Amino acid sequence: MLKKLFMLIVAGFFLASCAATNTDQGGDVDAASASASSSSGGEITAGTQEDLIVNVGDRVFFEFDSSELTVDAQATLDAQAAWLMQYPDTNITVEGHADERGTREYNLALGDKRAFSVYSYLAQAGVDTNRMEYVSWGKERPEVIGSDETAYSQNRRGVTLVSN
Amino acid sequence: MIKKIIIILFFSLNANAALEVTIAQGKVEPTPIAITQIFGADSDTARYGNTLRQIISNNLTNSGLFYTVNEDLYIQSDNLVEKVPRFEDWKLIKAQFLLSADVSKTDKGIRLRMRLYDVFNAKEIEKLQLTIPDENLIRRVGHTVSDIVYERITGETGYFDTRIVYVSEIGPLDQRVKRLAIMDQDGHIDSHQFLTDGKNLVLTPRFAPNKQLITYMEYKNNLPRVYIYNLKTGEREIVGDFPGMTFAPRFSPDSQSVVMSFSDPNDAANSEIYLMDLNTRSRTPLTNDSGIDTSPSFSPDGEKIVFNSDRGGSPQLFIMDKNGDNIKRISKGRGVYGNPVWSPRGDLIAFTKLTQGNFHIGVMDINGNNERVIVRDFALESPAWSPNGRYLIFHRQKRSNLDGTGGEVTIHFIDITGYNERVIPTPRDGSDPAWSPLL
Repeated sequence: MLKKLFMLIVAGFFLASCAATNTDQGGDVDAASASASSSSGGEITAGTQEDLIVNVGDRVFFEFDSSELTVDAQATLDAQAAWLMQYPDTNITVEGHADERGTREYNLALGDKRAFSVYSYLAQAGVDTNRMEYVSWGKERPEVIGSDETAYSQNRRGVTLVSN
Repeated sequence: MIKKIIIILFFSLNANAALEVTIAQGKVEPTPIAITQIFGADSDTARYGNTLRQIISNNLTNSGLFYTVNEDLYIQSDNLVEKVPRFEDWKLIKAQFLLSADVSKTDKGIRLRMRLYDVFNAKEIEKLQLTIPDENLIRRVGHTVSDIVYERITGETGYFDTRIVYVSEIGPLDQRVKRLAIMDQDGHIDSHQFLTDGKNLVLTPRFAPNKQLITYMEYKNNLPRVYIYNLKTGEREIVGDFPGMTFAPRFSPDSQSVVMSFSDPNDAANSEIYLMDLNTRSRTPLTNDSGIDTSPSFSPDGEKIVFNSDRGGSPQLFIMDKNGDNIKRISKGRGVYGNPVWSPRGDLIAFTKLTQGNFHIGVMDINGNNERVIVRDFALESPAWSPNGRYLIFHRQKRSNLDGTGGEVTIHFIDITGYNERVIPTPRDGSDPAWSPLL
């Protein structure tokens, strides 16, 4: 649900940009630049969840039955770590999730290992562990509903959530 | 909540008579039984009689071991509680057994009298009289009588006077609201009750052998931990208050301990199996390796534990002593195994297996031999044994679609021979069923 909310916010941001562009075409340069730098309902506030989603990437994906971080995942987490260093007052919770092709209990265990992989990578990259928590949701909170590999690959994930 | 049925008088005749039904592996021909009207002199007792007759008839039919001879065929229509039946009339319509009963009001409460006859041998084989203080216990009386008939004729322990705890589900699949719920074994709506309000996610409830407690996992304040729900008081108490996630709980056979998984933050959040003594609250690690260890289930004698581990690569089934010694892999087939549950008879282990795109629920001997698939489908999980070890309940989930449709999940009952599968009705979707012992 949070994700959907952020998507709406992002969509709102693009709409605001379009409006600014239209104004720009109308020749009112000052109004356009004003809307780009002030919060006109669509502005992303630095250091927030939406900032993380849009400018860094809030999640990493895992292979089937694995809690190893892929090269892509590590690149995302490097960026997340840098972002977290930039906003030292930001605390996070890392969520670990699994696809539906495993038992509930095994997937809880797997989700926790995935969450911990992200958590410990960020810790090694210098993020203070006092700023981080992690939790497994097993297969209980899929991102994408569906019983095919497209959905599963999106659901095997570790998500970084700003918690303050 | 669970009141004792007051049995005023209960005696059995011919207790050593030979059993009439042989139950072996494979399909069993259901035994025909006739159940007369359960007679009542006034409108209340007549209503109780109808309810009782329906419960008994449904129970026996649902077991797969009986069918009720069509009432339209009955030649004799008398109350046969105080009167010897005309066995010839019942033989003619091929009823092998005959049950007759009546209900009356006494100053002690509601009285049921029942007679069970062996038609072919023309004799009474069971006789019962019981009195209950009020009509709230009618359903339990129906289940108790069903158990007596089932036991007398099949020679197996009954399972009708039991309850099922499960997780009731509703809402979108990515924001599912889950509540603990409990009901009679037949899923009758009058027996259905929610135990939690749905505010917190709850998973995997399991009965204590002492019947009063349920252990389960709850996300309270987003911290997934093992809890105990007390059916008598309605109180919830955390028992897996560890510095990390606790899950996959089950009671020991003496109800004095809970065995569960703990995901230790000091061990890279790798899950190990722990035993928690409920009296001393001391916790003992039973496993220690780099793989996931979960889904522990005690043998009925309390000496061994079967569990799920991916220590060898893919998830498989293992057995260890109750102190964690002598770990041995038992699953031998291809595929991803999970959910092992030791049979209350001690002889079999039920499990799930994912292979070739499908889930299978099966049983194997405790050394892993004679693996046998009972049911196969896209998504099956959570096998749980009937207290007599003859049946399994489990949940079955349909595929879901990108538009959010599908994914319906229902609770099913099946004979371990693989026959007689049916849905146990629940008011909403249902998952993670667990069976109580006989009450």
